[in-house]
Amino acid sequence: MTKILPRKDVVIVGLGWTGAILANELTDQGLDVLAIERGPWRDTATDFNIGYAQDELRYSIRRDLFLQPVVETMTMRNDPSQTALPMRDFGSFLPGNGVGGAGVHWNGHTWRFWDSDFKTKTNLTNKYGAARIADLQVEDWGVTGADMEPYYDQFEYLAGISGKAGNIKGQLQEGGNPFEDPRARDYPNPPMQMTYAPTLFAEAGRSMGLHPFPTPSANMSRAYTNPLGITLGQCTFCGFCERFGCANYSKSSAQTTILPVLMKKANFEVRTDSEVLHVDLASGGKSARGVTYIDSSGEEYFQPADLVLLCAYGLHNVRLMMLSGIGKIYDPNTAEGTVGRNYCYQTNAGVQVFYDDKNFNPFIAAGALGQTIDDFNGDAFDHGGLDFVGGAGINCIPTNGRPIGTRPTLPGTPKWGSAWKKATVQGYKSTLGFSSQGSSYATRTNYLDLDPTYKDRFGRPLMRMTFDFPDNDIRMSNYLCDRMEEIAKKLGGKQYAVGRRKKGWDSVPYQSTHNTGGAIMGTDPKRSAVNVFLQSWDVPNVFVIGASAFPQNAGKNPTGTVGALAFRAADAIRNHYLRNPGAPLVQA
Amino acid sequence: MRTLALTLTAGLATLAWTCAIAADQADQIIRGQYQAVLGDCAGCHTRPGGKPLAGGLPLETPFGALIPPNITPDSETGIGNWSEADFRNMMKTGIGHNGVRLYPAMPYPAYTRMTDQDISDLWAYLTTVDPISNKVEANQLPFPLNIRLSMWGWNLLNFSETPFTPDPSKPAEWNRGAYIVQGPGHCGTCHTPKSFLGADKDSVFLQGASLQGWFAPDITNNAQSGLGKWSEDDLIQYLKTGVNAHSIASGPMAEAVENSTSKMTDADLKAVAVYLKSLGSDAGAAQPAKPDQARMVAGEAIYRDNCSACHGGDGSGAGALFPALTGNSIIAQDNTETLARLVLAGSQAVHTEHARTTPAMPSLAWRLNDQQVADVLTYVRNSWGNAAPAVSSGDVAAVRKELTQ
Repeated sequence: MTKILPRKDVVIVGLGWTGAILANELTDQGLDVLAIERGPWRDTATDFNIGYAQDELRYSIRRDLFLQPVVETMTMRNDPSQTALPMRDFGSFLPGNGVGGAGVHWNGHTWRFWDSDFKTKTNLTNKYGAARIADLQVEDWGVTGADMEPYYDQFEYLAGISGKAGNIKGQLQEGGNPFEDPRARDYPNPPMQMTYAPTLFAEAGRSMGLHPFPTPSANMSRAYTNPLGITLGQCTFCGFCERFGCANYSKSSAQTTILPVLMKKANFEVRTDSEVLHVDLASGGKSARGVTYIDSSGEEYFQPADLVLLCAYGLHNVRLMMLSGIGKIYDPNTAEGTVGRNYCYQTNAGVQVFYDDKNFNPFIAAGALGQTIDDFNGDAFDHGGLDFVGGAGINCIPTNGRPIGTRPTLPGTPKWGSAWKKATVQGYKSTLGFSSQGSSYATRTNYLDLDPTYKDRFGRPLMRMTFDFPDNDIRMSNYLCDRMEEIAKKLGGKQYAVGRRKKGWDSVPYQSTHNTGGAIMGTDPKRSAVNVFLQSWDVPNVFVIGASAFPQNAGKNPTGTVGALAFRAADAIRNHYLRNPGAPLVQA
Repeated sequence: MRTLALTLTAGLATLAWTCAIAADQADQIIRGQYQAVLGDCAGCHTRPGGKPLAGGLPLETPFGALIPPNITPDSETGIGNWSEADFRNMMKTGIGHNGVRLYPAMPYPAYTRMTDQDISDLWAYLTTVDPISNKVEANQLPFPLNIRLSMWGWNLLNFSETPFTPDPSKPAEWNRGAYIVQGPGHCGTCHTPKSFLGADKDSVFLQGASLQGWFAPDITNNAQSGLGKWSEDDLIQYLKTGVNAHSIASGPMAEAVENSTSKMTDADLKAVAVYLKSLGSDAGAAQPAKPDQARMVAGEAIYRDNCSACHGGDGSGAGALFPALTGNSIIAQDNTETLARLVLAGSQAVHTEHARTTPAMPSLAWRLNDQQVADVLTYVRNSWGNAAPAVSSGDVAAVRKELTQ
């Protein structure tokens, strides 16, 4: 028996970064907003208590803050000829759970994509010809870098990003990233104080004519009060960012930048431990009536709402659309349907340089404290004589020296036993690592749909992920590994090891939680699920907000762009949608 | 302040529409609403998230529980059938409508100092509040205290109806501050030590007292235990925002700041600061004995592991986020109830327009035993220029017991 609840103006599915941004913006507009969050309430002092926040076994190894597969998992395969099987454990990527979402346990790398990233298809076609991207399914986003600039700015000032501008209003800035698009002003906070390994990496890069700069970081380089009047503390370099909540109010998240203000508003409410089962559509399927959700006691509710915002993790946004009949599910055979189309996954690779005579004190660290070289990222270099498109940022960001996980050893070292133990002691302080954060370009056969066999605890089909690294992206990654090898040689350790990306995506070892696409934005409703304001083409009172909107991923971490897209969607709702609610903002 | 102004405007618009109220009456209601701010009526009479003034959460007194009643103008369950004379009499003497005797949890021993004009204004405002039907059984005391007539004897021993008398030798600002602190602001209700009968001990006015599991600290100008190290501006900033360089309000004071002091006018806050800074200028010359060195060493180790990441290796804290432990008057109080409570249970900071972050001290009761809490508090109380008596594990155990009851 489903209980019917009183109507709300807006219901938001998921209270992470995007849900909190949208809720704060729309409550400012005077709307009555409800957020429904599948996981628990989480707050700094109670949930990231200084006494146990840095429990590596609990949070990193046993992954206490993450979505557990018993709640929701998905099936996976590498190509459409295979039968997908359920992931019994998350490994390659780790979706978040609970208030704050994955924004609780991220590292804090906060990038802007470039104008050339937003015009991928047009740019690559113009430069290298259509044949070069014939085996890819890349798209333009339908926005420009200039369109996005104010929203990046808004997110960076909300989150107190520490960094150094490379280009302010067209003027190149010494020490910043010379390849970035013009920005209106510098970051709100100066770069973090640099540790030893990134300092050496930057020196090596500079000596090779490359352009290293401090990685833009959501770990605070100093105490900062954001435009909402919320204060964050200076980062203590404890090295427990990724997989952990911050006990010191030093890493930006919904908890440290939005919730203290949002939770005090009379027109906002959050219901935690409540899972949305589907969006309910009116007959005809052209508008949403609200959502059906189930609480932890198994009670089912219908929550009517005028506007439904899907703000869950990108993959879960896509599955909710599929389960609710919002848009048509993509079919790789016909290339018809838009929901599930253009699923992409960051293409990473890494290098380790081993020394005898250096001590990097790797435990003095923060999730985004490091240096980046963008000379081989995106459109920063000419691909004319090359056999691929795309690129990667090369990052030296030693995020931690945690005792269980940080065990670098020379190639050929046994994987266990006394020889391994001895090698980890030798390698712990004296190993320098860096990596490439590679672009991921869409193909026809990398996609998401519903699994025909496996179901979740409520009897709903699991989502099926069909993915392998495209040949183009492998070639890109190999090219980047060659460039990283040159830097490794320059660094001059006693030995180095390059971990190259290979075909055959494996869902077990951790790679990145940068799953993008599946409900992509664009200007053509036949090739995108949402318009350029993230409004569903098919059900205009539904907006789908997150990395699910990326047509393909650039060689950068996605959160900065997710935050900017959330502010842009909020702006469109406040200033345009509400004038004529329920109507499409863009005519198909 | 903006919120208050908006509420007033909205309230007046309604009034003008309903009964074309005279301008002087409107002025009186506005003044009365401000009296309700000074007196922090909502602090006790409004339940968190509840309808304004329709009854509050139980007050746990040493004598038993009392529930602040409904003071909206509802004639059945509120004060709708009171007259202004009833109200004035209650504020002045603790004897309300139909001769019912109030318990001094209602701070009539302070309100008795209020002027007739201020009480009349407050009454004018209370008559305009939305009447809410909510029956409250205020008296939850055990026998024989539940017999209200027992307050006849209490009043005889402990209470005299004394109006506020300005000190002509002091400036008007000082007198205004004295009036607010002693009268409507009823600061002594929490901050003045009580006799065994629960009456204020006037000889130690505002020198700190224990209530509801917190120690309301000394707020005289004593350099050691009081506000001697605070400037007037520090004090004004604290009362206005809940946060200053020395301290961040939490617990019952956070509620007082949120409901009352943050809404006072700047002139009144200045007056309060001037008055408080004039009290008890005794520098507290007696230096406490140096604590045992072994406990200082143990305490320092605990401090480094558990506290220094936020409060700093030197106790300097971090602005509005983590309170400084140097020059923080809470640290130096003789009574360590609040300190032990903060370490054991944690506490969330005040929320005001100017202090929105609401950072929280985490609970460490699960991690530190009584001796460890005592050691780290002893260390903090005797480092970086702080000097206060050592804390015993028994002091901590008592607070832990109260928290787990």
